[in-house]
Amino acid sequence: MIRVEIRKLMRRPRTWISIVLLCLLPAIVAVLLRVTHLGPRPGEGPAFLSAVLANGTLFPAAALGIVLPLFLPVAVAVIAGDAVAGEASVGTLRYLLTRPVGRTRVLVAKLVSVLVFLFVAVSAVAVTAYVIGTALFGSQPLATSLSGAPLTTAQVVQRTVVVVLYIAWSMIGVASVALLLSTITDSALGAAIGALAALVLSQVLVTLDAANAVKPYLPTRYWLSWVDLFRDPILWSDIERGVLVQGVYVVVLLGFAWANFMTKDITS
Amino acid sequence: MIVTQGLTKRFGSVLAVDGIDLQVHPGDRYGFLGPNGSGKTTTVRMLLGLIFATSGSAEVMDQPVPHGLKHALPQIGALIEGPAAYPHLSGRTNLTLIDASGAGTSRRTRRARVDAALEQVGLAGAGRKPAKAYSLGMRQRLGLAAALLRQPQLLVLDEPTNGLDPQGIREIRDLLLAMNAAGTTLFVSSHLLAEVEQLCTRVGVLDRGRLVLQDDLATLRAPTGRVIVHTPDVAAAVGLLDGRVQERDGTRLVVRGLSAEDLVTLLVRDGLRVQEVMAERPTLEEVVLAVTGAGSDRIDSSGDER
Repeated sequence: MIRVEIRKLMRRPRTWISIVLLCLLPAIVAVLLRVTHLGPRPGEGPAFLSAVLANGTLFPAAALGIVLPLFLPVAVAVIAGDAVAGEASVGTLRYLLTRPVGRTRVLVAKLVSVLVFLFVAVSAVAVTAYVIGTALFGSQPLATSLSGAPLTTAQVVQRTVVVVLYIAWSMIGVASVALLLSTITDSALGAAIGALAALVLSQVLVTLDAANAVKPYLPTRYWLSWVDLFRDPILWSDIERGVLVQGVYVVVLLGFAWANFMTKDITS
Repeated sequence: MIVTQGLTKRFGSVLAVDGIDLQVHPGDRYGFLGPNGSGKTTTVRMLLGLIFATSGSAEVMDQPVPHGLKHALPQIGALIEGPAAYPHLSGRTNLTLIDASGAGTSRRTRRARVDAALEQVGLAGAGRKPAKAYSLGMRQRLGLAAALLRQPQLLVLDEPTNGLDPQGIREIRDLLLAMNAAGTTLFVSSHLLAEVEQLCTRVGVLDRGRLVLQDDLATLRAPTGRVIVHTPDVAAAVGLLDGRVQERDGTRLVVRGLSAEDLVTLLVRDGLRVQEVMAERPTLEEVVLAVTGAGSDRIDSSGDER
């Protein structure tokens, strides 16, 4: 069943278009930087963009910083929101379930295919950014970490790999919300928009002092903590918390999604 | 094959299906009839585990619904409220994906199964076109092909000939009859009475969620004991039959108390001409209309609006 879901995902043009767009956006930024040499001042704009001018190997990190706040969550919400609701709206869900495929199995297969998409999308951004970054800005043997100490290229690559994993994991929260809504409504668009609304709410609250009490539990609170991976030594505490918070959201939301889907009358 | 006891489904305050006791025997060609909104689809969905019953119980192929269904469903082919397919994929790919979903089908024989199903429904040449380019009739055929993929022992079909032209209807009916002859039980839900009359051996009639009739078609359509005769010598015939004529309509007379052969003998002995004679049987339409009310898609201004 998981294989079938991944095949379905791969045969949707939408999947590939969203990955291409995700890769294209940092490429545009890279070209503009290369042409103008006008990097944002250190500490301003997306992370690492100023450092990229000096060393292309840091561009994957910068690229992920560019797509993380909006484009990546939108893509994930659209794919995950479509997971169950999409099948319901074209009517194939009833045929899938009477095949029979167990409801739990449908949900797990959908989740796994969303995770595969996530991981492929984030990795694709990182890999294309590395190629573009080193081609346009060249690579230096040593990069400067945020703490000022130098990092070797091998270290940068290693840490970028961890960043890819962390960002993919951060997106699981969005995917879970979208998947939960996808089991509730028969409208794929509704599920995606609902998930994005939850996301925007979380991001608004993160910036709000009045929401200090709930801040540590917001799903987007630790999204940018991967930047700490480029400190020397690495500052793990926020990253660990980020992984944990996302994990709790995933378990709770998917639990609700499962409970709802198992007991739902399929009238689509 | 299908047995339900007091099967009931309530959606909020609406009682969609109200304590029905279905009995479908192995080998039956069962016609499930009823006006629009009478609860046919809800019942079918309950039988297949898509909707959970509020109360009552059901068994399908000796398995309790819904928990035993996973053992029964692999032997059931279903068409539920119209066919569905991924629009951007070809008919063949759609069938391949549905065949690959769920356990228990061998990958080696998949291509052969898909080819056979497409062949059976007459889509062998159109398997590569994307489903969104299909006509209504082709979509219907594709849905049937999906139901036939695993040589089901029970076919549950909701309006199987929807969107087909008369030739297509004939073709699909022949296919279903052949499958039934080979041992497949048919459960066909429809509001096309003529369709059911030609296909089915047994009918159940649903009206506002209640099963108001369930019997063999032969019993329901048994002769009424009256005889219909057409004769150009109407006046003479009425005089001769003396009070036995119950209805008179042009050259058509409805006569009670005489068998067809006795009636013909009587008329011919007196030199009256007979154009046509037959025993009166109720049509399925008459039977069904006698026990059902208007469908829920008709909403009159007064009375109970549901």
